Amino acid sequence: MRRLIIPIGCALLALHCSGPRSTVKPAASSSTSNPTAAPSGTIPSPDDTGDWVRPAKDFASTRFSGLDELTPTSASRLVVKSTFSTGVIRGHEAAPLVVNNTMYVVTPFPNFVYALDLTKPGTPVKWKYEPKPMGSAQGVACCDVVNRGAVYDNGTIFFNTLDNRTIALDATTGKEKWVAQLGDINRGETITMAPLVVKGKVLVGNSGGEMGVRGWLTALNATTGSLAWRAYATGPDKDILIASRFKPFYEKDRGQDLGIHTWPGEAWKQGGGAAWGWISYDPELNLVYYGTSNPGPWNSEQRPGDNKYTAGVFARDADTGEAVWFYQMSPHDLWDYDGVNEQVLVDLQINGAMRKTMLRADRDGYLYVMDRTNGQVLSADPFVHVTSTLGIDLQTGRPIENEAKHPSTGTVIRDICPAAPGGKDWQPTAYSPRTGYLYIPANNLCMDFEGVEASYIAGTPYVGANVHMYAGPGGNRGEFIAWDPVNRRKVWSIKEQFPVWSGVVVTAGGVAFYGTMDGWFKAVNAQTGEPLWQFKVGSGIIGQPVTYRGPDGHQYVAILSGVGGWSGAIVAGALDPRDGTAALGFVNAMKDLPSATTRGGTLYIFGLS
Amino acid sequence: MMRTTVLGIGVAALCIALVLSISPAAHDANVAAGPLKVCSDPNNLPFSNARQEGLENRIADLLARDLRTHVEYTWWAQRRGFLRNTLNAGLCDVVIGYPSGAEMVLTTAPYYRSTYVFVTRRARRLRIRSFDDPQLQRLKIGVQLIGDDGANTPPAHSLSQRGVVRNVVGYTVYGDYRTNSPPSAIVAAVARGDVDVATVWGPLAGYFAALQPVPLELLPVEPQVDNQFPQTFAISMAVRTADRARLQRLNQFLTNRHTEIAQILARYHVPLVEEGR
Repeated sequence: MRRLIIPIGCALLALHCSGPRSTVKPAASSSTSNPTAAPSGTIPSPDDTGDWVRPAKDFASTRFSGLDELTPTSASRLVVKSTFSTGVIRGHEAAPLVVNNTMYVVTPFPNFVYALDLTKPGTPVKWKYEPKPMGSAQGVACCDVVNRGAVYDNGTIFFNTLDNRTIALDATTGKEKWVAQLGDINRGETITMAPLVVKGKVLVGNSGGEMGVRGWLTALNATTGSLAWRAYATGPDKDILIASRFKPFYEKDRGQDLGIHTWPGEAWKQGGGAAWGWISYDPELNLVYYGTSNPGPWNSEQRPGDNKYTAGVFARDADTGEAVWFYQMSPHDLWDYDGVNEQVLVDLQINGAMRKTMLRADRDGYLYVMDRTNGQVLSADPFVHVTSTLGIDLQTGRPIENEAKHPSTGTVIRDICPAAPGGKDWQPTAYSPRTGYLYIPANNLCMDFEGVEASYIAGTPYVGANVHMYAGPGGNRGEFIAWDPVNRRKVWSIKEQFPVWSGVVVTAGGVAFYGTMDGWFKAVNAQTGEPLWQFKVGSGIIGQPVTYRGPDGHQYVAILSGVGGWSGAIVAGALDPRDGTAALGFVNAMKDLPSATTRGGTLYIFGLS
Repeated sequence: MMRTTVLGIGVAALCIALVLSISPAAHDANVAAGPLKVCSDPNNLPFSNARQEGLENRIADLLARDLRTHVEYTWWAQRRGFLRNTLNAGLCDVVIGYPSGAEMVLTTAPYYRSTYVFVTRRARRLRIRSFDDPQLQRLKIGVQLIGDDGANTPPAHSLSQRGVVRNVVGYTVYGDYRTNSPPSAIVAAVARGDVDVATVWGPLAGYFAALQPVPLELLPVEPQVDNQFPQTFAISMAVRTADRARLQRLNQFLTNRHTEIAQILARYHVPLVEEGR
């Protein structure tokens, strides 16, 4: 039963840390006269008043704010304006919302919702809602107790609980409007994602692929909570809502009932493909976009085939849920490369023509620029060190396999990059139409599969690959990258000691904000990457910053601190650093995190002095 | 040739003797003070349940009797985080069944060793013993699934390495926690004929096979170590890594009571194997 001791070093290659500065005019620039004007090249939110009503800011998921009071000049004057302890110690991944001078915060399990009054000194609590998620079957929901945020629409706050409820609250009073039970925690299902409201429907996806669930995206009627439609990721076409409109761009994604035929036997029934990440919406095309998680709980050897429709991205009709196209980034995923990362919808000048594109910084380490009308990949370039594949074949849409890195339980494979958390995990990027750059909170992690490790669960011994993660080339485990998607290159980057597990916000004033796992909240010049300001918060940051116009007309920026999540489990879950394979091998790469930060959830609001 | 025997207990006793001979003589008077605090799954027969009907509940009772105290349970589903939230959080002091030599805990000398088995309906006369049996190419096979990336039950690995995948049905060990002892569904599936054969961890197979309406046959899988994948596992009691005095007391108990423990294991139909077979 002894685990093997794995040498964690790897050949360190010098990494280009900072490419040449861009001399190209941003493809999608916009007027700077109106600070709240929606940028051209992105889809305007109808409600951009300086509020922040959904985690991604707008339907296009740019996380770009038109506010411009915070600038490279003024940012050094940022000071703390208010703080608030959430009373919860697990990982805080949510984005606070700001609507009508009220801030809304949803916490990790037990999923409290707080409404804070921004008009009063000290931002006091207006109301608190406690959903009291099921705690009776202790330990049944094993690990992911995070929550990635709420969404506001039409006087209502919508959020999900770990025990699979979607709840609608009156935004003014905190009174429950309706509760919808969407899944069962006793069968391994949980919900951790932030819902999105589109045209009167609340879109929600499940988590729990590795527990044997079958992934789905569900639409609820926003006024009643009743089911509008549910689209599965595996099984027969009718369950996936695949019908006559379904036209994938690539041959590999076409065919009848691929949700059955790309699996052996009945493996699709426990095929994963959960939709635990982000959803974007294009009102003009009336399409919603979201990704599906990796196939599970089968080993790759047990599921020959492409394992549709996991580890890919769907475009669906926003009203009916009918699938319009699908593109699979990782056919027959070998590396736990979930496809759930956000899609940023921007119109870009590509090879001389304006294209409706979608930017995806995927777990597989590639930055995909795709045509969002049809799912064509226009370019796919590695934004981190990648060895697991040799590139993306734009003719077939398939990754070019690197057979030398294919895992087989019991064999030794080293230097698989990126590691399972990917070049970027769930932590969302931001796009500025002013600079034309995508800001990527990235991981620089590689992993080894070595030998066989035995473990025990529910009275049953089992064995698996002994997975260890460690820093990739350069020795830094994280990197904050400004990427030019038109010229397909890194413009500048900032190396970080730990994986950058926070979201990003970027502003018309030319400032980008992000946080680090050791607890620094940072402002950098969006054009150059020059550090402008930083503040040490109480616990490591894995949340999503937001910026908004306060009741006094001034610009504020807010962030939840509170380390945890997969990367921070060693602190939030008090895991033993000697057990390098805990948290699926992530603990090995994070052994020094407990000495860098401690746990505990606190909201910070910053403004100019 | 593999047979299911109770000889493993003898080996365990030998191990215990060896451990005792080199253990420091430290004796902690606090070991026996207060109730016996056991960390246990409330819904996981044949090992344990909240009604205390499992073999580990019986062994805990026996231990408490020796310590002249009573058992106090901390109930927690035995999933990822079980040790962290129970034993290593200080809520309880002993896990009755845990793999010998596991990290993050101290484990006693093994008190039994079991094996994965092929479970079939006796009337079918399939007599499958080996992963190389050609019948496995065409029969419908149930396997227990785990779901960590790259991790699964050893027979699931062994079958997939032989290309036996298209005729395999998965039963997660998590199951549906609202039902009784969720991992047991795979044994009922064989009895019902949902699958022709299933590979199941011995103690689970033994206990639930005896409860089915039709006779089932259990044969240990071969080879016992298949291309790096062990199919047999020794089971110990576990305590916190710093709890050496308690460990010594438990080792004494296992030596003193090995006959009674063997009787409990037999009563729950646990298939036992010898070390190193």
